[in-house]
Amino acid sequence: MTGAAKGRIGESVARIEDPPLVAGRGRFAGDIGFPHQLHMRIVRSPYAHGRIVKVDAGAARAMPGVFAAWTHEDIAEVPPIDFREGRIEKYEPYRQYALARDRVRYVGDPVAAVFADDAYAAEDAAEAVLVEIEELPALLDGAAAPGRFDDAGRSTEADVVRQGYGEVDDAFAGAAHVIERELVVGRHSGVPLETRGAIGRYDAARDVLELHGAAKVPHRNREALARMFDRPLSGVHLFESHVGGGFGVRGELYPEDVLVCAAALRFGRPVKWIEDRLEHLVATNHSREQRHRIRAAVDEDGRLLAIDDTFFHDQGAYIRTHAARVITMTCGILPGPYKVPHYRATGHFRLTNKTPAATYRSPGRFESTFVRERLMDAIADELGLDRLELRRRNAVGPEDMPYALPLVVLGDDVEYDNGDYVGLLDKALAKIGWEALGSDLARRRASGEAVGAGVSMFVEKSGLGPSDGARVSVDTTGAVELVTGGASLGQGFETAMAQICADALGVDYRRVRVVHGQTERIEFGIGAHASRATVMTGSAANEAALLVRAKALDVAAELLQAPIDSLDIRDGVVRRSDSAAGASVTLGEIAAALAPTKKTLGGRAPGLSAEGWFHSDHQTYPFGCHIAVVRIDRGTGAVAVERYLVAYDIGRAVNPMLVEGQIAGGFAQGLGGALFEEFVYDERGQPQSVTFADYLMPTAREVPGIELLLCEDAPSPRNPLGIKGAGEAGVTGVGAAIASAIDDALQIPGAVTRLPATPQRIKAILADRG
Amino acid sequence: MTAKRAITLSINGRKYDVAVEPRRTLADTIRDECGQTGTHLGCEHGVCGACTVLLDGEPVRACLMFAVQAEGREIRTVEGLAEGEALHPLQRAFIAHHALQCGFCTAGFLMLAAGVLERDPEIEDEALRDVLSSNLCRCTGYQNIVKAVRAAADEMKARR
Amino acid sequence: MKPAPFEYHAPRTVDDALALLAEHAAEDGRVLAGGQSLVPTMAFRLARPGHLIDINGIDALDRIEARDGALAIGALVRHAAFHRPVADGPLGALLSAVVRHVAHYPIRQRGTFCGSLAHADPAAEWCCVAAALDAEIVARRSGGERVIPAAAFFEGVMTTALEDDELLAEVRLPLLPGDTRFGFQEFSRRAGDFGIAMALAAFRLDGGRMREVRIGLGGAEDRARRLKEAEEALEGAAPGEDAFAAAAEAAAGAIDPMEDVSTTAAYRRDLVRVLTRRALEDAAR
Repeated sequence: MTGAAKGRIGESVARIEDPPLVAGRGRFAGDIGFPHQLHMRIVRSPYAHGRIVKVDAGAARAMPGVFAAWTHEDIAEVPPIDFREGRIEKYEPYRQYALARDRVRYVGDPVAAVFADDAYAAEDAAEAVLVEIEELPALLDGAAAPGRFDDAGRSTEADVVRQGYGEVDDAFAGAAHVIERELVVGRHSGVPLETRGAIGRYDAARDVLELHGAAKVPHRNREALARMFDRPLSGVHLFESHVGGGFGVRGELYPEDVLVCAAALRFGRPVKWIEDRLEHLVATNHSREQRHRIRAAVDEDGRLLAIDDTFFHDQGAYIRTHAARVITMTCGILPGPYKVPHYRATGHFRLTNKTPAATYRSPGRFESTFVRERLMDAIADELGLDRLELRRRNAVGPEDMPYALPLVVLGDDVEYDNGDYVGLLDKALAKIGWEALGSDLARRRASGEAVGAGVSMFVEKSGLGPSDGARVSVDTTGAVELVTGGASLGQGFETAMAQICADALGVDYRRVRVVHGQTERIEFGIGAHASRATVMTGSAANEAALLVRAKALDVAAELLQAPIDSLDIRDGVVRRSDSAAGASVTLGEIAAALAPTKKTLGGRAPGLSAEGWFHSDHQTYPFGCHIAVVRIDRGTGAVAVERYLVAYDIGRAVNPMLVEGQIAGGFAQGLGGALFEEFVYDERGQPQSVTFADYLMPTAREVPGIELLLCEDAPSPRNPLGIKGAGEAGVTGVGAAIASAIDDALQIPGAVTRLPATPQRIKAILADRG
Repeated sequence: MTAKRAITLSINGRKYDVAVEPRRTLADTIRDECGQTGTHLGCEHGVCGACTVLLDGEPVRACLMFAVQAEGREIRTVEGLAEGEALHPLQRAFIAHHALQCGFCTAGFLMLAAGVLERDPEIEDEALRDVLSSNLCRCTGYQNIVKAVRAAADEMKARR
Repeated sequence: MKPAPFEYHAPRTVDDALALLAEHAAEDGRVLAGGQSLVPTMAFRLARPGHLIDINGIDALDRIEARDGALAIGALVRHAAFHRPVADGPLGALLSAVVRHVAHYPIRQRGTFCGSLAHADPAAEWCCVAAALDAEIVARRSGGERVIPAAAFFEGVMTTALEDDELLAEVRLPLLPGDTRFGFQEFSRRAGDFGIAMALAAFRLDGGRMREVRIGLGGAEDRARRLKEAEEALEGAAPGEDAFAAAAEAAAGAIDPMEDVSTTAAYRRDLVRVLTRRALEDAAR
């Protein structure tokens, strides 16, 4: 369709984001500053649960360099932080105020804010704030009997989320075998290398409240802030610059964001807040902690008749912007790639006195994949079947597609679009050389090594709609600007968008400037999350670029006096496709010809630009398969991952190098969650994982290279480019695959029932089984 | 708060006259008083390595030093890696091998690698992986960083 | 995580440093050498010294030399100095084998051997080495100096026999006999982390029998120490599986392991058993 252009879809071109970042010219929240700005420091609860008796900021206010100090009373009129999707009345009592009002509910809960000339003085002053709290017992187990959340007697069980279909109890009654397991995923989270930051600024000259350091969902947050501060949307703008990783935890509206905005409005001075690492580990969203009691009913041949899962979702102290998203997702996606004729999921939404939890890369899917795949292994083990054979017997087949289930994920009915799950499994097994691997591992085990392999299969979800829009314009120099409502967290969003735009328009991708995260530049945006950016924003960008292309060719046809069908755009130049030489016109010249004052405009709208929209009724459901090979030191219990393969149906890769990067990074995080990372609390609710010496993220020593099999056999039918997302594919199956491999290495079926599988837990398993 | 001291820091060959309290870290001073924000703070307790700079040619964690300690020493930061518009082989290799995603840890890795490679360009793979395990990255999974540094090392060796 | 305010001093001579320590001991005057352990505790505001006495400018302290049958390591000798053997013979080899476990490369550029002992984190490798080799710690103050044997030096977690006005000026390690064999085993969750447990084993072979056996343990108890119980099981015995297993068992039984929310005493005992045996096996190779 288009002529040669550099950076077409499918090419692994270098990123346009990189040059400033390798030169130290990035602009992260910490790098942003305004004249006369104040630095904010939060005073946080030292107790997991308690009644606030007194917060006395008098001494703090008197300290040098301190401008002000706030407690809840100072911002009593600011409402608690609401849910991203809108009002949900039953959850409203569980929302968090920017500063705690009557009670503190987790160690780290903000109780006061100090504003000073610099960060050092602010921290000094924060220490001088007297916080008197009457300590109350801490509820730390999401699976224990619920307690009282507040004085009105509300339960710490905020809800019970149910999804399911069919006649589950009948299925169990008639089943040949019933297999039950209790499985736990430990509390861990994204922990990006850049902590959070927010700079609030009130531009009095224009009456605009600005929030800098925005990420992920700037337009949503803008709406929320406008509501909270009773301002018109045009009087609130958010600005995203460089973002040091998001992983789901950055970009939600947090108390500190609200505080810098309130302070900027009240003080008339910019207010800067940069989180430190100690704070981050107790204040930024946690995730993952669930305890599942899951049962399967199967027939004589191991075919699933029913799954019944009751689980406890440890939400932490408050319900934050995501409301029940993760628990609902878990219910909806748990069946995964298998046919489950009858299904019941009962999710207990439990508040505890820990850091609030929300989404972290592959939310609900890392957890449910671990649980479901452990269950499948358990069924195979109990029936004496090969673990892979059992999966083959139960997998949804390509002939079943599209495969609809009466379940809901992210507000969408579940319908797997296309794909051959067993086919991908076979390819993955072939790629790793499964047979030879098995023999080799057996030989090594015979000579005393504890080595083994495990497999996990899963269905992902991506491309959350319903709509996204983008605007493409070409200026008179021929440079292209693509304005999106998307967001960049470091994943290469700009490059992927530039490639899509370049491919459609016929320019070099390096000539495309991609704008994102700026609410001043575009009215609507759903940001970047849920692996949606490439699908939704990419499709919108494609639409817009095609419209611009059409307009350019229309004008060119006139200027060159040639039939429109004979023209092509190569590297920003329009010429006849049948002659390399001959008359031509550049996109820049066409843009000039479309100036409002030019006769060449004709009846057209001025400017070489267009807005494109993409609407999607449905998410797409990419799928994958992970294979892990581990080696265990029986003496210390340490688990080393020797090999790891990720097979993934990407639909269509805009930039394979970027996709691999996402998967490799996701794998590293999954490995962290499987073996190393956990937020641990003592019996009083005091967090123990508060530094990088206790919260252990894997280094280059612990993370092996992965083998990657990217399949583009099943392009998504749900968008014109066939794209499925890949942001979460690397992490989803890791807990399950490594657990399965550990079982195999220890030759103890069902050994791993809890993540992370720490050396101490491995030793306990070995001791248990004699 | 204690009295500020007037000190002069030499960063990438340029002198910066600043006045800082003794407790002000080298990292904060490089970033704020000297305006070189390429060096980042990831943890402020010496584990993540995002703040790595070269001090008289050796990689050190700038969050674990006070600015007053660095007077009279030669400090090199990521802003001083390129020669004018010509990127350092490490910077080019990081781009070519997709060794950065969000870019927050990148300066720390670049300076760590630059310091090590300038001292020991013949460094073997195992030792190199060991050195690179000094710093944390949350985005890439490390393999591309290892590849990029190896590629740059090979280029730097060949140049000598 | 910004440190609390402090007064800063940068003496150029040892005498000046000692005078400052004497003057400011009461206001929690602390020595700043490498800073790789001290500064993080200051960032957490767990340590809030009123005065920092920065000894990095005192060249006389940056000395390492063999004298009187011992290796004398001055207060400013960095971990990195041990990357290559600093002395011929087993001691130099031992130190360069252990140093690979000490934190990470950039930390080793600044952190000091003596600073590690003064800080007395029970999981510090040099503390284990000092305990195992019966190091002599030279503490100097304005009035004079004293030599503290390692066994009396480590008193508990981050606690030593050093007085507030004393500078840990030098550590002396015995230059081990040329036929000394050694093995070092450490277990940590990730490369470069503090060890959950570690064992240093050293012995000579005399007519096929182990002599001058030293077993040092670190990471498992509130301080590093020599384990007499394990050594006694080996002294005069022939090296081999049974002897090593017995020593390992003795070691595991003899310790009073630290315990916290993440790590049980039972697990530490297990580790001590395994690592002691492996260290002995390494030494015997």
